[in-house]
Amino acid sequence: MRRSSLPAPALTGIGILGLLALLAAAAPLLAPFDPAEQLDAAESSRRPPLSSLLVVRTRNGESLLAERVTVDGNDMVLERRSGSLRIPLGSVTNYREDGISERRRTWLGSDALGRDVLSRVLHGSRVSLTIGLLAAGLALTAGTFVGSCAAIGGRFVDQSLMRLVDGLLCFPHLALVLLLATLYRPDTTLLVLLIGGTGWMGLARLVRAELLRLKQERFALAAAAAGRSPAGVLFRHLLPNATTPLLVDASLRVGASILVESALSFLGLGVQPPQPSWGSMIADGQSHLTTAWWIAAFPGLMVAAAVLGSSLLADGLSDRLAGLRAGGRETRRRSPWAIRTWLGQA
Amino acid sequence: MSRFVLRRLLAATILFLIVLTLAFAVVALAPGDPMAPTDPRIPPEQAERLRALYGLDQPLPVQYLRWLGAVVLHWDWGQSYRTGQPVAELLFDALPPTLLLTGAALLVQYLLGIGLGLIAASRPNSRLDLSVRVASLIVYALPTFWVGLMAVLVLAVGLGLAPAGGMTSAAAFELGPIAAALDVLAHLWLPALVLGLSMAGDIARYTRSSLIEFQATEAGRAARARGLSETRILLVHGLAHAAPRLLQLASVSAPLLLSGAVVAEVVFAWPGLGTATLVAIQSRDIPVVLAATAYGAVLVIAASLAADLLLTRLDPRISLE
Repeated sequence: MRRSSLPAPALTGIGILGLLALLAAAAPLLAPFDPAEQLDAAESSRRPPLSSLLVVRTRNGESLLAERVTVDGNDMVLERRSGSLRIPLGSVTNYREDGISERRRTWLGSDALGRDVLSRVLHGSRVSLTIGLLAAGLALTAGTFVGSCAAIGGRFVDQSLMRLVDGLLCFPHLALVLLLATLYRPDTTLLVLLIGGTGWMGLARLVRAELLRLKQERFALAAAAAGRSPAGVLFRHLLPNATTPLLVDASLRVGASILVESALSFLGLGVQPPQPSWGSMIADGQSHLTTAWWIAAFPGLMVAAAVLGSSLLADGLSDRLAGLRAGGRETRRRSPWAIRTWLGQA
Repeated sequence: MSRFVLRRLLAATILFLIVLTLAFAVVALAPGDPMAPTDPRIPPEQAERLRALYGLDQPLPVQYLRWLGAVVLHWDWGQSYRTGQPVAELLFDALPPTLLLTGAALLVQYLLGIGLGLIAASRPNSRLDLSVRVASLIVYALPTFWVGLMAVLVLAVGLGLAPAGGMTSAAAFELGPIAAALDVLAHLWLPALVLGLSMAGDIARYTRSSLIEFQATEAGRAARARGLSETRILLVHGLAHAAPRLLQLASVSAPLLLSGAVVAEVVFAWPGLGTATLVAIQSRDIPVVLAATAYGAVLVIAASLAADLLLTRLDPRISLE
């Protein structure tokens, strides 16, 4: 059998998501500064990307920032936004003959409180990705459970579960989520429960339809005829063959959850400060949009990258699925595990 | 047909009642007391008087029935804790701007989506098709509120193509009816474009796959055999084939559009339901949040009901079920 690999979009998606996960995991190592640090906030606030400031350290433990420093007699003159500041040269601890060499460079600029945007974006990715993945995981679990129950539970269970899903699908979730987020102080757990708990209905329908289709396949009928229990057929034969459509949906769900989380954080109903999240960073940037575009721009690009990664993965997987369906008869006759083989390589 | 309509109406009413009950339960079971004195110098009797005034001293079932009765019979949502204004009045003013914005966004979404879908389907697997597909993925990935902010920054502030926010100019009350409408339009186009763009990709994808699928059906082959032009096959027969599915998509996308509208309103300072809700949330103005929740529910339920009813007109097979 020809060993098939994943299509290019799916690989790109995996690449983007993997890179983001790596950045999130290594955030404390990669971030140049503490995401909450406000060093000389008046001077470092709203500095553009790629700019840098000199750091003047004084004897009383203060750190002053300046665009330029000059030495004038026994004084050091710091040129600052607010004008020039004279301090005695003797109080500066990091002065060398050639001046001050310590520089604080912001790669992606600094926000209104002087915090480093790059450091915050990196730390924010932990919050956003965690919530995205956990919420998608919750939706996947709940959707698979309800869908499986409906598919093998008999007519009554099926009908009542599907009516419930129909009702929940046209339920205005945002309104309820807003209400809950208003009444309870939102934290990661609540957000995962809210986002995951409102995102499983489509999956339940999908799982049910897929399992009902697979139940009629010969391998499933054969397994049932050979005396396997319905649960055994479900776990050994039906669900393994439904992995691809499930993964397509779960992958889309990761992106959707990240989008919802960012929107809630943007409205101030997400993870609370000082913990940075992409959505709340964009909200911070809104009031400084015309003077400091970078505060809102970069976290938005990160959200877009994460969602694009998950959409590409889903797109590639569903292309692959369509291919399997089209030429599927032969593949499936060979082994019920055929669909899983390429996933094993993924 | 009429039985189907009645059943759908009944289901919509029940759903609305469930939403109301759930919203009430969530608020009633939440921790915290809105009437708790914020200052220790306020005597407890004062809080008791306030509780009695708002009926909060009654047992929960009584509160629930009173509240539900007022809502269902008189559409009376109580008074805002913040301004003392009747909630129904407050939200009634916010409803038309939201309907205008979502309506315009829906129009943008369908015009753009169907247009792009037609282009993509006319040359499947061409470079053009691929770029439409990639573009729709990228547009989907961009958060609406972020696109809104960037659009304000570049198009409104940078290039001066649109006002940066609001629905009317400061001097709008001096304008005549036509000038006033044009003024609203000048404020409307950018938020509607941003909001519509977020969903246009989905529509484009559905249109494309539906049109390609149509060309392979007997009806599609028959249309070609009759010697109709490619344009006519796609535009007239193909779109007729795609219409029911596109309409179904509208009912699915209504909740999304509404939640998008909330954030878009915040970005563009649009004086609609979203802005009113957010202000209420920030000041913990529970009656307003509760009513806004229900308004959102009504809009979503009404949209899906309307889509379903239209669907039975478009596709008669559905009413037979």
